[in-house]
Amino acid sequence: MSKINRRNFIKIAGSAAAVSAVGFPAIAAAGGKKQVVIVGGGVGGATAAKYIRRADSSVEVTLIEPNKHYYTCFMSNEVLGGDRSMDSIKFSYDGLRKHGVTVVHDMVTAIDAKGRKVTTKGGKSFGYDRCIVAPGISFVDNIEGYDAAAAEKMPHAWKAGPQTVLLRKQLEAMADGGMVLIAPPPNPFRCPPGPYERACQIAHYLKSHKPKSKILILDSKDKFSKQGLFTQAWDRHYKGMIEWVKAVDTGGGVKSVDAKTGTVSTEFEEYKPAVTNIIPAQVAGTIAKVAGLTDEKGWCPIDGKTFESTIHKGIHVIGDAAHQSPLPKSGYAANSEAKVVAAAVVDMVNGREPGTPSWVNTCYSIVAPQDGISVAMVYNLVDGKVAKVKGSGGLTPMDSSPADRAREVQYAHSWFNNITSDIFG
Amino acid sequence: MSVRKTFAVLLGCGMILGTAQIQAAPTATMLADTCAGCHGTDGASTGPATPSIAGNSETYMVDTMIAFKSGERPSTVMGRIAKGYSEEEFKLMGNYFAKQPIAKTSQNLDAAKVAAGKKLFGKNCEKCHDEKGGLADDDSGILASQWLPYLQYSMVDFKAGSREMAKKMKKKVDKLNDDELEALLQYFASQQ
Repeated sequence: MSKINRRNFIKIAGSAAAVSAVGFPAIAAAGGKKQVVIVGGGVGGATAAKYIRRADSSVEVTLIEPNKHYYTCFMSNEVLGGDRSMDSIKFSYDGLRKHGVTVVHDMVTAIDAKGRKVTTKGGKSFGYDRCIVAPGISFVDNIEGYDAAAAEKMPHAWKAGPQTVLLRKQLEAMADGGMVLIAPPPNPFRCPPGPYERACQIAHYLKSHKPKSKILILDSKDKFSKQGLFTQAWDRHYKGMIEWVKAVDTGGGVKSVDAKTGTVSTEFEEYKPAVTNIIPAQVAGTIAKVAGLTDEKGWCPIDGKTFESTIHKGIHVIGDAAHQSPLPKSGYAANSEAKVVAAAVVDMVNGREPGTPSWVNTCYSIVAPQDGISVAMVYNLVDGKVAKVKGSGGLTPMDSSPADRAREVQYAHSWFNNITSDIFG
Repeated sequence: MSVRKTFAVLLGCGMILGTAQIQAAPTATMLADTCAGCHGTDGASTGPATPSIAGNSETYMVDTMIAFKSGERPSTVMGRIAKGYSEEEFKLMGNYFAKQPIAKTSQNLDAAKVAAGKKLFGKNCEKCHDEKGGLADDDSGILASQWLPYLQYSMVDFKAGSREMAKKMKKKVDKLNDDELEALLQYFASQQ
């Protein structure tokens, strides 16, 4: 479009927006610079911080995150498989500081929605015009005996970092011929294809180092993400190594563990695996509940357009913690939501109505060194709710060529490099 | 082209004025930001394989996305995503990326192949891929400093016939052997 036409178009679009902006609540000017406080420095929080500063450098952004480094969950399965280092999934907040974000390493203990104030464990408090909460997930005690101490024996490795290292060490230490038990969580949970990609990556390691070993997946569901493609991969690359057992055959998957004896129990049977990976059921990160942002299901209800909490005005919730469906609980979705919310927050603190959102998601799974699969979808806003754009997206075809599968691995690695520099760079 | 553009603007107005329920199109920035996860912030890919899209002409971007959407151009994931956007949205994205500087990459390349490619470039490619593949206005896609695996995939698809070549390009490609083609790709990738 030529410049003049484009300008006209924006003018027209702008006046349409202005008309519908009537009745939009005016944002009280706090005086001085607008303050945005972001709780949590994962994919959603860090992306939002950067993109707010990109859109309007007059807005002061404070990001509060307890950890000095962030380890991405995505690609951490490749660490378990032995093809990737922990260092390669480790990111600092220096890039955000360069964008003018104030990064505070502390733990948020309370959010006062009425007083528009965030308080930390370190005793500090931060006032805000708008707050973005991106706390990720916390675990539910759905498996008897699986507590923090048990997680040191039977790692979940569902928050990347020391747990990833622990699970990798256990895989390295186990003898050939041992059994690795994976217990995937019930829906909804972070990274729906993750447990099944993990089975592939662990099998990839075992196949060349401990070929007599087996992987048993005791699921708490009867079906799972990209099931056809994963089942094909298990048959194609790891024949006889991976057994998946659906919930209905075990009375609902793993019921209890005894970390001391290394025992895992279902309704009907007991197992003594060499390595046990328990991935518990999940809800929104702890602070979301403490701040009263969660509903009875444990996730945060939000307005589809701005991801503003429908419980507490002035607070937006993004990423895994939000009721974001049909967007999945994925890194790409959190990144995409963060950009939409960053734009909305910049509009709102400047007294403008937020624009029309657009989201995308692509999730890659690397099922073998030369075999990558993906699921993608484009989303828009329909009647105030996030909706899948009809006819878009979908899965890697079951019959796609080996050459295309190899390309998908290269694109998966490119995605990792690009999204992490988009978030933290 | 300007007729088409005017038409699009009129169509846009009609939509906005005619039906109150239909919301404005997302802004160019809103749409372009969704691409960054795979193609890098502002379309400058950090590689190793996903191409940079920064600096491409709007025409190239729109034509390319339409080809992905229809399946005329083969892809792994791009076609599935292209199906989620309208031509008007492709134009907004294309306009955004056309304004971004061409991304510079640092890749491990074979100096001898780059040198061989340099010799072949003038006679075979320069007419359409002007300024060593770095001119947006030729509407042929930025090849300068592009990621090598992407260039290689593209050539594989061209040679296999799954992606259509312009007639002039096909004539040239048919005369070049695999080593010569690889040398040319390395030459394009080496441009700074």
